[in-house]
Amino acid sequence: MIQLAQVVKTYQAGLATPFTAVDGVSLDIPAGKLTVLKGPSGSGKTTLLTLIGCMARPTSGRIHLHGLPAGTLLQLAEGDSLEITSLPERFLTAIRRRTFGFIFQQFNLVRGISVLENVMLPTYPTGEDRRFVEARAIERLEGLGLSRHLHASVDRLSGGEAQRVAIARALINDPAVVIADEPTAHLDSRLSEEFMDLMGQFKAAGRTLLIASHDPIVYGSPLADAVVEMRDGRIVAGP
Amino acid sequence: MRPPVQRYRNILDFALSSLLRRKGRNLALICVYTLVVFVLASLVFFVQALKREARELLVHAPDMVVQRMVAGRHDPMPAAQAEAIRAIRGVEEVQPRLWGYYYDPVYGGNLTLMATSDTALAADSVWIGQGVARTMRVQEGDMISLRGYAGLPTLFTVQKVLPEASELVSSDLILMSPRDVRSLFNLPEGLATDLAVTAGNPRELPTIAAKIVERFPDTRPILKSEILRTYEAIFDWRGGLMVVVFASAVLSFIIFAWDKATGLSAEERKEIGILKSIGWESADVLLLKFWEGAVVSLTAFLGGVLLAYAHVFFFSATLFEHALKGWSVLFPRYRLVPALDGYQLTVLFFLTVLPYTAATLVPIWRAATVDPDAAMRS
Amino acid sequence: MIQHPGILALLLASGLVSLLLAAAGWQGFRILRGWNLQSGSDAQLDLERRTYLVSTLVANALVIQILSLFLFIFTADSLHTQFVGAMCAAGSLAANPFGYPTLLAKLATCLLAGVWLILHRADTQGRDYPLIRPKYALLLVLVPLVLAETWLQWRYLSGLKADVLTSCCGSLFGQGRQGLAAELAGLPPRIMQPVFWITFGALMAAGALLLRARRGAVAFSLLSLAFLLVSVASLISFFCLYIYELPTHHCPFCLLQREYGFVGYPIYGTLLGGAIAGLGVGVLSPFRARKSLAEALPRMQARLAWSALILAGIFTLMVGIWMILSPLKL
Repeated sequence: MIQLAQVVKTYQAGLATPFTAVDGVSLDIPAGKLTVLKGPSGSGKTTLLTLIGCMARPTSGRIHLHGLPAGTLLQLAEGDSLEITSLPERFLTAIRRRTFGFIFQQFNLVRGISVLENVMLPTYPTGEDRRFVEARAIERLEGLGLSRHLHASVDRLSGGEAQRVAIARALINDPAVVIADEPTAHLDSRLSEEFMDLMGQFKAAGRTLLIASHDPIVYGSPLADAVVEMRDGRIVAGP
Repeated sequence: MRPPVQRYRNILDFALSSLLRRKGRNLALICVYTLVVFVLASLVFFVQALKREARELLVHAPDMVVQRMVAGRHDPMPAAQAEAIRAIRGVEEVQPRLWGYYYDPVYGGNLTLMATSDTALAADSVWIGQGVARTMRVQEGDMISLRGYAGLPTLFTVQKVLPEASELVSSDLILMSPRDVRSLFNLPEGLATDLAVTAGNPRELPTIAAKIVERFPDTRPILKSEILRTYEAIFDWRGGLMVVVFASAVLSFIIFAWDKATGLSAEERKEIGILKSIGWESADVLLLKFWEGAVVSLTAFLGGVLLAYAHVFFFSATLFEHALKGWSVLFPRYRLVPALDGYQLTVLFFLTVLPYTAATLVPIWRAATVDPDAAMRS
Repeated sequence: MIQHPGILALLLASGLVSLLLAAAGWQGFRILRGWNLQSGSDAQLDLERRTYLVSTLVANALVIQILSLFLFIFTADSLHTQFVGAMCAAGSLAANPFGYPTLLAKLATCLLAGVWLILHRADTQGRDYPLIRPKYALLLVLVPLVLAETWLQWRYLSGLKADVLTSCCGSLFGQGRQGLAAELAGLPPRIMQPVFWITFGALMAAGALLLRARRGAVAFSLLSLAFLLVSVASLISFFCLYIYELPTHHCPFCLLQREYGFVGYPIYGTLLGGAIAGLGVGVLSPFRARKSLAEALPRMQARLAWSALILAGIFTLMVGIWMILSPLKL
């Protein structure tokens, strides 16, 4: 699904204190499997996720995406491959919207608006008909047991509920790949187990999963097909 | 609905809800913005209304007036010159006019006294304008007393109060017979205040004026069109001057707007980060911010314009009447006739909305191009 | 100078447009110099972010420029009362030698800025910023033009002097200023009528050829420009006469007035929009070979050509209807 070759990401290049967050990573992430990135904070996991998820462009190296959905903007056929490292932001965003669903450590919900609106938010710029989007959002939220909270403000939710809203949002565009950054950092063990159960369901549904975590509940889970260990921006152990 | 249209709508909806979520902050901005529009709009409307009044004032004025100048000052002129002027080719009619100003010490007002040849007006009687009737508290049949040139009061019967419709022109007017005017002001027979000249073809007026000056070098012909032009220029100039003075206020507003736009709250910055991270592109955030700015500008613009409209046309521009009016050519008491045209609104739009928009462009761009991964690294 | 609020608004607008475009030009220059798409360095990413700034600045400048084109005519019209012999905007613009050049420069900048935005739109369709160089090169042409326009307008507006009454002498400005009263006469309708209809026919034919055979894009663009010029000349020469129902009133500006139902706005709006779209077709044409635009560009060209044709059609329909319904017969 995703191939990385010698990917480097340097911040503040040219200044006095350049910082290389990802340093020559080559990696294959297979489709339909759960891959865990493991390592201490500051090891470059999150940066690697942003590079893979088309949020940022690497300083050098190549990233190939395979099995992309058909899209009008890029004129791709179903299942095409693409090298994404020098695409303009417009195209990266278009790929990201259709291919990746993100679950953030801080949940990143927009405060002051309802659960339903939060879930629908990623589709606003696509210009998709609101009625279809709303139906899909309700379906996702019901699937996650949040039907009671549809019109509640996100400020009133508990940590576990907030995360499930974030998951519903990640799924709104039916992405092939779900990326999660330290998803269990703010959850207790029971909720963490529940989260992994959900991931199991997604995997069964054929989605590719990529999780960065240093929580044993995640990387020790029997669902994990591969564990890649990172330190100082390099892969130190893995497939 | 086609997708691009739906995209605009979706983002507009979200812009509205964002504005409402940050009520306090945006309300302060809209208030200051509205105030700026209000003051500028009041100014523009007021000047426009005054120009219009001046134009209407002159509708009934003669096309050309010929005055005699003595030592650089306006002096009564021999009525006999009317005949000589009438002989000029193109002149249709020359009417000697008899009029003057009368200061009424009791009511503190300046009145215009004018002779009329209307034979319906009896001797020792006057017709008065609504304004005169109002200030002197008199009605038809009452007597008014005017002090003559020798200081002696003369009594006149009010025969008629001029109808309301012509108030604008006749508010401060007192009409009397030519004989009464002469005796009140001690004007000898054979002299007129000035001559009103009408031409068969108005296009020939400048040529006629040139001939009059040539033949009577001590006279000064004044064309109605020139008076109009002078009024317009003077009002524009005054209005423009006020706008320039006011520019400092606009400038401080722009700095304020710039500051507001640059100093995005941490909350707002985080929100944009979230939007970018969940699949909004820079262009989408730019559109969002554009909608927000458009809503703010439109609200403030409409609010300011409506307030200014009320201020100028219902409250007679109480706030800066004195700066702009203060000129005896215009009559003291009347309500300005509401007039609003696209041109004035466009000028206002240019003077207020454009600087605001320009000032917010760069800050908006900065906000919109936050890295999408910023939200993950917080 | 006359301190008319409209004049202040115009000076403000042209100052802002100059500022916005100068800023855009500077950013464009930096982008041209430092561009390297293959690199993912911070510097390149920063330049890519700046492309958003440039397009935002130019888009805003274009909107202001188009609005100020109309405001300029409007202001000239509202000032005509202050010049002896000026009957409408045509007279005010002739009040000094910078009036008409300013108007033409405004028109040219509007057209060019419109074309730039079309180029920009095409550029965003390709995944490798295919038009980055032509786009910013054009921007660097646009900037001096706008600055020149600002200077012309300043010369025009600051040189205006109202013919005001002074106390020393009354009348007599009129002497020697008769030139202002001269009406725009225009070319004889006998020549302009066939020229207009031939140009219109040629434009339609070129459009059909372009849309069917995908050939003649540049010719189509040139014809669009010609159509704009011929249409304006025809408005002055004969269309206006039908609209005003006066055999001698040739002024192309009075169309914008309330007396004629603001018909000038749709008339000039369709002309300007059609010309921009038509020019866009030809400007895009050399870049059809770029691989990343191979699919998007012909589609865009077709859409632009359709827009140009439809707008030209609406314009012709409007003036044609007037010609038929007007009680005036030439």
